[in-house]
Amino acid sequence: MFSRTYKTAVTVPPLLWVALFLLGPYALLFCYSFWTVSPAQTIVHSWNLSNYRELLTVPVYFETLLRSMWIAARVMLFALLLGYPLAYFLSFHAGARKDLFYQLVIIPLWVSYLVRAYAWKTILGSDGVLNTLLQYLHLSKHPVEFLLYSPFAVVLTLTHIYTPFAFLPIYASLEHIPRNLVEASHDLGASPLQTFWRVILPLSIPGVLAGATFAFVLSLGDFLAPLLLGGPSGIMISNIVVSLFGAAYNWPLGAAISLCMLLLVVSLLFLSERLEKKWSFS
Amino acid sequence: MISPAQPAASPQPLLSIRAITKSFGKLAVLRAISLHVDEGEFLTILGESGSGKTTLLRLIAGFERADSGEIWMAGERLDLLPPYRRRVNTVFQSYALFPHLTVRDNVAYGLRVRKVAANQVEKHVGEALAMVKMSTFAASKPAKISGGQQQRVALARALVNRPRLLLLDEPLSALDANLRRQMQLELKSLQREVGISFVFVTHDQEEAMVMSDRIALLRNGNLEQVATPREIYSRPATSYTAQFIGHTNLLRCRVEHGVARCNGLEFRTSAPDGPAVFSLRPEHIRTTAALNPSGETVRFRARVLTESFHGATDLLQVECADGLKLTVRVPSHSASPGQRDFEFSAADAIAVRDSEEKS
Repeated sequence: MFSRTYKTAVTVPPLLWVALFLLGPYALLFCYSFWTVSPAQTIVHSWNLSNYRELLTVPVYFETLLRSMWIAARVMLFALLLGYPLAYFLSFHAGARKDLFYQLVIIPLWVSYLVRAYAWKTILGSDGVLNTLLQYLHLSKHPVEFLLYSPFAVVLTLTHIYTPFAFLPIYASLEHIPRNLVEASHDLGASPLQTFWRVILPLSIPGVLAGATFAFVLSLGDFLAPLLLGGPSGIMISNIVVSLFGAAYNWPLGAAISLCMLLLVVSLLFLSERLEKKWSFS
Repeated sequence: MISPAQPAASPQPLLSIRAITKSFGKLAVLRAISLHVDEGEFLTILGESGSGKTTLLRLIAGFERADSGEIWMAGERLDLLPPYRRRVNTVFQSYALFPHLTVRDNVAYGLRVRKVAANQVEKHVGEALAMVKMSTFAASKPAKISGGQQQRVALARALVNRPRLLLLDEPLSALDANLRRQMQLELKSLQREVGISFVFVTHDQEEAMVMSDRIALLRNGNLEQVATPREIYSRPATSYTAQFIGHTNLLRCRVEHGVARCNGLEFRTSAPDGPAVFSLRPEHIRTTAALNPSGETVRFRARVLTESFHGATDLLQVECADGLKLTVRVPSHSASPGQRDFEFSAADAIAVRDSEEKS
C-alpha cells in the first residue's frame, strides 16, 4: 500500500530518537554500573561487580528502597481510596455536571509540581497555615513538628499529586461499562451495593490496576517531594541516586541503583499488564 | 395457570398500566397510556422506532420514572418500587450478559443476590439451562458463544427467577432471519410451558402476529389499537393500523345516503354520511369474468401495471380507468398483464378512522 520510501521516512526518525535518547543512555548506564571510581575521583573503566556487592552489603540502600516502596504503597492505597469513589461518582452519578467535575480533577495537573509541593510546605510548616490554625484554636500550645519533614508529609504530597493519575484510568474503565449491565443487575434483584460488588467493581479492575501502577511507580521514583518535605527520615531511593550523581560523585554506584530500580519498575509494569489482560472481557 | 386462550376472562389483570405519561425534556414519548396484561398472556407492544414502546417497557421494569400515572401488579403499586424489588425480569435487546461471569454464573445471578441456598441455586440453574438447551455451555464465558446462544442464556437468566412478568425488548432483532423464525416459535411454546406473562416489544408486525395473544399498537406515544392478531388484522380501527399490520388499500370515499363513492367505485356501507376511509385487503379482491355488479359485490375493470411473485400468491399493482391504483393479491399465475376485471364484496371494505386527521 505504502511505498518503501514512505515507510522508511516514517519509521526511521522515531527509531533513531529512541536509540539515541533512550537505548543509548540505558546502555551507558549499564556500562557505568560495572565501573568504579578511583580514590583520585576518576572513573575507572574496569569491569567488576563491586557496586552490586556494595548494594547488597551496605544496609542503607536496601532500607531506603524498602522505605520508598512503603511510601509508594501508601500513596497508591490513598490515591485509589480517593480516586475510585471520585471516578465512580463522576461516571455514574454526576449527570450533566460530569464534564465540569472531570475538568476540576484534571486542572491540578496543569499546575507545576513544584508549586504544589511548596504549597504543602506552607501548609504543614511550624509557622504554616495548619499550625497557626491549631494554635489559634488553642488545640495545641506548640507547633506540631511531625507535620513537615517526615514521611507523612511525603505521602500526603505525593497522594495529592498522583491521585489524578489513579483517577483517570479508573474513570475510563468505569465509563466503558455498558449501562445495560447495571440495569440487568438491578433487574435481577441486586441492590445498588450488590451491583457494585458483583458487576461494577470486577469490570473496573483493569482501570484499578492501571491506576495503582501509575501511583506506585511514579511515587517510587519521586525525589522532589522527599527533598522538599521529607527531611532526614523521609529520604527516598531517588534522593540517594541524585546525590550519587551529584555531590557524592559516584556515578557507577548511582547507575547500579538506577538499573535495579529500572528492573523493578519494568517487572511491575509487566505484571500489571498481565493482570489487566486477565481481567478484561471485551 | 390460566389458559392464555381466554385472557379477557381473567377477573383481575396481572399488570395494569393507568394513564402513564412520560416526556424526555420537551419530547412527549408516552401520552396517557392505559393498558393491562392478563395472567399467562403474551402481549406484544408493536410500534415503529420512536413510538415509545421501549420506554413503556422500561417504565414497567423500573429503569424510568413516569411523569404521571400508575402501574399496578397483582394488587400492588409497582411504579414506586426500585427495579430490584419488582417481580419482573427483562430480556434485553443486546442480552446484557455479564461478560466476566460464565453462562452458569450469569443464570445463577438473580438467585444468588436473593441469597437462595447454594444447592437450590445449582438445581434451578441446571433446569433453566436444560430448558433453553444450553447445559453444555455452562462453563463458557458469554464472549465465546453465538448471538442465538446468548439469547437463550439471557432468557434462562430471566426465567430462573420465576418472575410474575417477563419483559422482552426486541430480543430477536439481532438474529438472522432463519434463526429468528425458529426462536419465535420456541419462545411462544416456552411461554405456554412456563405460564408466565410475557410483554414483548418489537417493530416487526409479522413477529407480533405469529407470537402474540394480543397486540398493542403504539404510535407517537398513543395506543392506536389493542386487540388479538386476528381482530387487529381483520378489523383495524384506524388507517395507520390497517397499513402497519399487513398490506392494505386505503379507499378515501364520500358517503352519501349509505353509499360510499371513491373515484369510480361505489358500494353500500353503514358508515355515516361524510368523508370516510375504508381499508380493503389485497386478498379480498379477486379476478372475475362478469362485470355486472350483483348485490353486495363490487366489480371494476383495471389495467395490471406490475406483478410480483410471493410464493403461493402474486401481488398485482392495478390501475382503474379513473387513475385509482390498488394492490391485489391473487393465486400465482392466475392473472395475465393487460385489462382485467376484478371484484370484492362490500363487507370486506372496513371503515377505519383516518389517522392523518387526528392531531
